[in-house]
Parts: sequence; structure tokens; C-alpha cells
Amino acid sequence: MTINRRRFLSGTAGLAAGGLLAGTLGTRHALAQASASMFTPEEGATLRLLRWVPFVTGEEEAWNANTAAFTEATGVEVRIDQESWEDVRPKAAVAANVGSGPDMVMSWFDDPFQYPDKLVDVTDLANALGEEHGGWYEGLEGYARQGDKFIAIPLCAIGNAVCYRDSHMKAAGFSEFPQDTDGFLELCKALKANGTPAGFPHGKAVGDGNNYAHWLLWSHGGMTVDESGAVAINSPETKAAIDYAKALYETFIPGTESWLDINNNRAFLAGEVSLTANGVSLYYAATKDEALKEIAEDIRTTNLPIGPVGKSVELHQTSTLSIFNHCKYPQAAKAYIAFMYQADRMNAWLEGASAYCCQALKGFENNPVWTSNPVHAPYAKASASLRPNGYAGPLGPASAGVMADYVLVDMFAEAVTGQRTPEEAIANAERRIARYYR
Amino acid sequence: MQARPARSFSILGWLLESRNGLGFLFMLPAAVFLLCFLTYPLGLGVWLGFTDARIGREGIFVGLENYIWLFDDPVFWLSVFNTMLYTVVASILKFALGLWLALILNQHLPFKTFFRAIILLPWVVPTVLSALAFWWIYDSQFSIISYVLMNLGLISEPINFLGDPGMARASVIAANVWRGIPFVAISLLAGLQTIPQSLNEAAALDGATSWQRFTKITLPLLTPIIAVVMTFSVLFTFTDFQLIYVLTRGGPVNATHLMATLSFQRAIPGGQLGEGAAIAVAMIPFLLAAILFSFFGLQRRKWQQGGGD
Repeated sequence: MTINRRRFLSGTAGLAAGGLLAGTLGTRHALAQASASMFTPEEGATLRLLRWVPFVTGEEEAWNANTAAFTEATGVEVRIDQESWEDVRPKAAVAANVGSGPDMVMSWFDDPFQYPDKLVDVTDLANALGEEHGGWYEGLEGYARQGDKFIAIPLCAIGNAVCYRDSHMKAAGFSEFPQDTDGFLELCKALKANGTPAGFPHGKAVGDGNNYAHWLLWSHGGMTVDESGAVAINSPETKAAIDYAKALYETFIPGTESWLDINNNRAFLAGEVSLTANGVSLYYAATKDEALKEIAEDIRTTNLPIGPVGKSVELHQTSTLSIFNHCKYPQAAKAYIAFMYQADRMNAWLEGASAYCCQALKGFENNPVWTSNPVHAPYAKASASLRPNGYAGPLGPASAGVMADYVLVDMFAEAVTGQRTPEEAIANAERRIARYYR
Repeated sequence: MQARPARSFSILGWLLESRNGLGFLFMLPAAVFLLCFLTYPLGLGVWLGFTDARIGREGIFVGLENYIWLFDDPVFWLSVFNTMLYTVVASILKFALGLWLALILNQHLPFKTFFRAIILLPWVVPTVLSALAFWWIYDSQFSIISYVLMNLGLISEPINFLGDPGMARASVIAANVWRGIPFVAISLLAGLQTIPQSLNEAAALDGATSWQRFTKITLPLLTPIIAVVMTFSVLFTFTDFQLIYVLTRGGPVNATHLMATLSFQRAIPGGQLGEGAAIAVAMIPFLLAAILFSFFGLQRRKWQQGGGD
């Protein structure tokens, strides 16, 4: 059934694109061909891609189908190795430095900045793709560009959004979801009073915990380091973020300080919490289970509220594609990436990922996946609200280390649980950040 | 020209014929194995602790910098405290409960072999699986313990097993004890069975109470086994990783972070290989102390033979 739908969609997308391009956008058509024919694979080239284990089977199928189409078109075999998402970072780092192994890697967050000099300069490809498809989103570009040079091609943002129970929100006296942090706090208070509380992880949840902590900090204007990489966590904005987190924590279901990544899903699907933040997977977990039909129909999603900083800022998860220097066939690798970003290919992939992956290029924002289900809509904005890790400093081992060591997660957890005063928690985070950015 | 082959032949001959030479040959594979898979990684770990190596990048020698930073790092000291607490409390509980269990199993019970067999179950189940089971038991919303107590009307809201620092520590220790008891119990049971029954019978004839027989006969004769078993038990507990990683990842707010889990967190996901190695190396003195204590402290002959110091 999904195949039929995808075939139908790619067919219609092709027709629509054909109609448009034949008419007004002749230049764009020429450019679209440009990136596809910019790189000619070397004779006898083969490629190996190291990627994270797919979270959504449709995404894997679409990626593999695109890859097979590339092999068919060019004769270049592409072997895809999958590693569990936590293992991609060490494996890729070792491959980069040993100089053998996979030719390309689909990696997370700031990984390319851990070994920028071991990566092929892909500025030509990135610029061509950017021009063809309406430009890169700023946050995602930040994960791929060092100075004027692209060391990676942004692939997608894996969006995070508030998932809530519509009926519980209405029962709490809210007809619309509040857009700002103050209204959000009021909603959470009302939910708590109704016995249908919210819950966000304060435990060592790699994805959800970091998303929440970064949103708390950034929405209040805080930052870990300034543009030069000097520690800037000790600020009134951070204090405000912590005070807000404390107030919000009061409204949570008890036990969130022990939550790991899966706990909020479990609690939400069991009806124990009525509001949390998660990827779209939470919604799909509910739709797949007949017993959870009621919850699935009641789920609404929206973006995390806007704080004093005045705009939507979130961490999300980010993935990029990079080519190692030791790749013997860099032209083939670039041709492969260019092929995967051709409009119909990329659209099919985004479709397959059913809103799990948000496009890196603005030109794909009209992908039908975002309008096919209202639940998907907030995830479409992930790339736009995304801000690179370690804001406002440079990306690199320091920013990666601060996140992996849960410095922000710990700071908020220390303060909300009352283990330390907000000032002590900030001071402790300041020390730890300074260590990484020494 | 002809002397050389003759000499090499004679070395081979010496190797094969002399007692020491043959012994050396037989030992060689084991020695190579130990050197390659134990000494080299240990040496590399110690070296990494003195560098600022990151994953995939050679480090440069930074002397004691990692240790100086750790000395000043409250998270590290918290993990040292947690590790000590975890090891001491869990080991004492495992010893007391394990010895008790061994003494019971050493009696004539109905279905004795059956009980002896199933007692090993917690030890046989892979740690990750039992840890996952405990994860559900301790879940902040769906804990079976909370559920039962709430239905009995004893508590009004779920127990925050892994959220409160004290509770979290107690919970992970309980899970570790559950898992570690069988090893202690079965090993001590084996030790108990080596104690000649005639000694107990003779003491009983002389009018010794069962408590006197336990303290004057069983315990002293069991000490060598206890020393070995507890050394292993302490080492396993001290270096525990899986249980913590599944249950809390060191949370809440690092209250259950052990040195092993902190070392991993900083070294692999965090990429700071040098610092992670330094934390791991910092475990060595504690482990050595535990080994030395058990071997020189618990294995003193005099004490075992019932004499004073």
C-alpha cells in the first residue's frame, strides 16, 4: 500500500515539476541538471556508506531504492553499512583518522567538526544543491560549513515537537495551545490540577533530555559559550531559564529526573502524562496499536513555545553526510550525494520517513508529507527552528563533549530537584564547560 | 660452517630436554596471550590517561593534567563516593545473605538439588536482561512494587525509585545484590562441603552449641574460600557497568554514576579518551587494595587455625 502511494506521489510530483519547469522556470531546470551532471564517477568506482540504523522502515526503503537507482544509472555499487546511532560517532572518528573503512558517513550533530581536515571539501556540491533547491536552512548549514568551506552536506533534522492530548488540554480550560512560555506554564499548571500532568525528562535521556534542556536555555536567551568560545553560561538569562524550569518541574508527573529517552513515550502512551515532547515516532507508536486508538486520535502536536528570546529555537537532532579524504572515488561519492538530492529522489525519501526527517533544503518544504497529516505539521518547522549545538560558539569536540557529558541536562536537573541552588548549578556547569573549551 | 647448525640444534635440544626449557616452552603461549591481551591494553590505558587523546586522534603527553582536573571535579568525586558506597554495601549484603543461603542449602532440605540449581538463576541470566527487568520494576510510573502497594492502600503515589538520589542508590544496590548472591552462595556452599563432618560431630559430642561450632569450626575453615569469593565479588561490584547503564545511566544528577560508567561516558560518547582512561586508571589503586586486603588480610594462617594475631 505504501509503495502504491509513493509511486503515485512521485508520479504526480514528476508531472507537476515537469509542468512548472517547462514553463516559467527554465533556468532552474538547467541548474537542476547542473548538480546531477557536475560529477562524473571514476571508472570502476565503488562506494561504502556508513549510516545510522534507520528508525523508520519507510525511510530505509526509500534510501535503498534511491541508492539502487543510482547504481543502475551509473554502474557504481554502493555498499551501505548500518551502525546503531550511538556507535556511528566513534566508528567514523576512527575511520577518519586511520584513513580506511567507509568512504562516506551519515553522522550526527558536530561529528564532521571533530575531524574537519579528514573530509573532502564539498563546497561546490553544497552550493550547487543550495542554489537548485532554495538554499540551506541556516541551522543545518551551521553543522556542515566551516568558515567558507562545506565539510559536509546537511541531510536532515530529526524534529522534536510537543505532543499533547487535545481533550486534556481542553478540559484544563485551554481552547488553543499557548504559543509563549508563560502561557505554557499556565497550561501545565492547569493540567497538573486536573490530574493529567505534563512530563519532560530531566534524566540522562540523550535525545529528549538534551532537546528539553537546550530549549529551556535558548528560549530564555542563554548560551553556553559566546562566538569566540568563551564560557557564557553564567548569565541572568540562564538564571531565568532555571527559574522557569523549576516552575515547570513543579507541574510535572513525579519521577521525571530518572527518565531516559523511552520513559516519556511509555508514560504518554499509558495515559500517565498528557503532554511531553518527542519525535513523530510517539504518534506512530500510538496509531500502530489498536488498544491505543483513542490516544492516537487525541494526539496533537505543536512546536515548543516561544520564550523571552522571541523566536522558536530548538536543538533537534541533525544528520549530515560527509566524504572522507581516504575515499578513492570522491567524484563518485559527490555524484551519489547529488543524485540523492535530486528533487524526486529527495522527495521520495522524505515521504518514506513519514515526517521523521525534515528537509535540509528549503525547496523541499512543500513535500506532501507535511500536509498529509496535521500531526506532521510542527515537524516541518524543525529545520527552520534548529540552532546548532554549542550556541553561540564554534562547533567541534568541545561542543560535542559538553552535550555528551550532559552538562546542561545536569545543570537543570540539579536545580529543579533542589540538589543545588540555581547559582551553584550554574557555577558547576560553568566549570565543566570551561574544561571542554579550554 | 658446521658448528652453527650444531649449536642451534643443541639449543633446541636443551629446550626440549631440560626441565626448565620445556617449562618455558609450555608457558610461552600463555605468556604471549597475557602480554597481548592484558598487559598491553592495561599499559595503553595508563598511557592514554597521561595524554589528551580523543577518539580517533593521537593525544599528546600532558602529564598529570587529567588527574589534576579530576581531582578538582565534583562529578568525579561523587562517582568515587558512589562506587565505594555501592561496593561496600553491596558486598557486605551479598556476603551476609550468600553465607546464610549457603548454610541453609548445606542442611538436609527436601528438594535440595532443585533449590541448589535454581539458586543460580539470577547469576545465569545475562546482566542486561535482569537489568531491564529491574528497570521496569523501578519505573517511575509502572513499577509493580508501587502498583501493589498502591492497590493495598499503603502508599498514595508511585515510589520514586530511580528519581530520588538515596532511593536510586538503594535500588541499584538491591539489583546488584540480587544478581550477586548466587555466586557467593554457591561458592561458599562448595567450601562448606569440604569441611569434614567429623569435626562438627566431635565438637557436638564435646557439648559445643551450634553457634560455637559455626564460629570455631565452620568460619575459620571457610576463610580461604571467603577470601577468594569476596575478592571476586568486590572486583565484580567495583567494576559494574551494565546495571547502572541500563537503569539510570548514572542519573539522577549523577547520584548513581560509578567510576566505570563515568569513564565510559566521558571517553566514548564524549570522545575524551584521555580523561576517560584517567578515570579508569584511578580505579586500579582501589582494586589493588581490595586484592591485597583479601590475600594478606584474610589468608593469614594463624587466624585460620584459630590462633590470635
